Amino acid sequence: MHHKTFAQIEIRYFYLLLALGLLVVLGGLAAAHLLESHGHIISGMNNQVVWGLPHVFAIFMIVSASGVLNVASVGSVFGRHVYKARAPLAGLLSLALLAGGLMVLMLDLGRPDRVIVAATHYNPTSVFAWNVLLYSGLFATVAFYLWTLMDRAMGAWSKPAGFLVFTWRIVLTTGTGLIFAFLVARQAYASALLPPLFIIMSFAWGLAIFLIVQFAMFSWNELQLNPAIQKRLKNLLGIFVISVLYLVATYHLTNLYYSRQVAFERFILSQGGLFAALFWGGYVVLGSVAPLLLIFLPGLGQARCVLLASVLVLVGAFSLLYVFIIGGQAFPLLIIPGYTVHSSFGDGQVASYVPSVFEWALGAGGIGVAFLIVTVGVRILNFLPHDDPRQPMEGN
Amino acid sequence: MSCGHDHQRRQFLSRGAALTAAVSIAPGLMLYDFARARPPGEAANSAVRWGMLIDTTQCESGCDACVSACNKENGLPARTLPTDSQWIRKLELQQEDTGRKISMPMMCQHCAEPPCVEVCPTGASFKRADGIVLVDKHRCIGCRYCMMACPYKARSFVHEPVTDHSGATPRGQGTVESCTMCVHRVDRGVAPACVEACAREGHQAILFGNLNDPKSAISKRIHSVVSVKLRADLNLDPGVSFVGI
Repeated sequence: MHHKTFAQIEIRYFYLLLALGLLVVLGGLAAAHLLESHGHIISGMNNQVVWGLPHVFAIFMIVSASGVLNVASVGSVFGRHVYKARAPLAGLLSLALLAGGLMVLMLDLGRPDRVIVAATHYNPTSVFAWNVLLYSGLFATVAFYLWTLMDRAMGAWSKPAGFLVFTWRIVLTTGTGLIFAFLVARQAYASALLPPLFIIMSFAWGLAIFLIVQFAMFSWNELQLNPAIQKRLKNLLGIFVISVLYLVATYHLTNLYYSRQVAFERFILSQGGLFAALFWGGYVVLGSVAPLLLIFLPGLGQARCVLLASVLVLVGAFSLLYVFIIGGQAFPLLIIPGYTVHSSFGDGQVASYVPSVFEWALGAGGIGVAFLIVTVGVRILNFLPHDDPRQPMEGN
Repeated sequence: MSCGHDHQRRQFLSRGAALTAAVSIAPGLMLYDFARARPPGEAANSAVRWGMLIDTTQCESGCDACVSACNKENGLPARTLPTDSQWIRKLELQQEDTGRKISMPMMCQHCAEPPCVEVCPTGASFKRADGIVLVDKHRCIGCRYCMMACPYKARSFVHEPVTDHSGATPRGQGTVESCTMCVHRVDRGVAPACVEACAREGHQAILFGNLNDPKSAISKRIHSVVSVKLRADLNLDPGVSFVGI
């Protein structure tokens, strides 16, 4: 029996991936249609947990879209060749993730048909409104940056374009963190730590996504990543994971210092059931400690370990965001300190929230959009990182 | 025909009796300032700031006349699922150290510096010149950021298609809504439905009026009793104050 090599039949796999991606996207669009026609009553959201699972997906993708550009910035802004070879792929991933995230965000609106109102009626005091500009600006700046990278005639512009993208994405992730930092009413938010936390989270999550896609592309093309480059990238991921841990610990420890925040911290860190479990099990153990062991333990750190570490970092990302967004809302507002309170509107009670299948489908649809853009993008244009074997490794 | 006439006559008499009773029960509450009724087409102006003073010592536990009146006036479903709109709700409080119990209504506090207005990306949440905070139902995109920003959990999201349009206020699926201070009544010189209902019950727990008028009943009362504003630490200057907490 004649066995065909993967290279001979890979086109079939490509179409299979496309079909799967399309299916997921269609599922997301169908869910959005149902949410729009039936109302959010078919979601698990309510008047206490007003932002649900779609926001977890959307914010994960938008934060990662900014962070994945870190790879490009290190190349263009700081002139590192290893990273510069990866800048086009980073740019493509950024555009894809941003498109997926924004799709989810917009389709989760109560009135997605009115999204144009957000462009025609602009409230300058709203950080949401700032983000409308920041997100569309990121599309434009990254598209221009990709042009300078992929068209030799535009090559001279790649450095200034890289600087522009670098600045823009830092401001953008600051804006995303500020969505929560400006919420003075809620105990989970209203912290100046959030913008820097979001920036460092974006570095870790973006790099993890980059490493997964890079692994898939190298495997698909039956290529081997230079071990020195592999080592450099995995160490960088490790540093980012440690940095996120540090800022998350700082956020919770400072909260614990304020007695008015202790009840909230007790809820998130120990008595909050699913939230406490996701924080410790999902974020700390699976999403931080395990990846660090896979990256830094002697004898580990090979390609498959780094792949697994990257996947786990994303598991941690979802866990942390779920705890932050849903847990932060589920904890009751403290309207009248010094009193226990009951009402027909859930005052004084921890809100329950179970995401519905429509929310899962919408969130997955956003991931599907990003997946399709990347899958088609790397097929029709040359986004595969090309490492020059003659190029010396800087800093080694 | 005679039946119709009888019905109208009875309706007129009963409304007249209710109005007379309310006026006599709560002078100063109902006749808060009829001179403030604005002619149609005239914009609200900042010479007026509408506000409320809620006396928790007069609010009876278990009484929800204000809530029922609000639901009826605005066509809200009188249900209390977590997804149902509640523009006004009763809070049952117990002081943690003394065990003292308090009952009080809770609604939009109509802040002078409303966070919901600040965060709204489209300007759908807005504050009128007379201090009433509203949502423009044609401009709201349903992002729910205002609900995240409100310290009082005063806003509701319309989770389902609206089938009952009997209320005086427009409502729509996928948009955010909250207490309008019965702006449609106030502009006619009539007190909000909750204020009227509370007075009708004889509790007089909600005093409504113009905070900018030193001669108004609410201003005089605020200057003579100790009152607090909720989450005063946030410096939002709510238009609603409370006595007895």
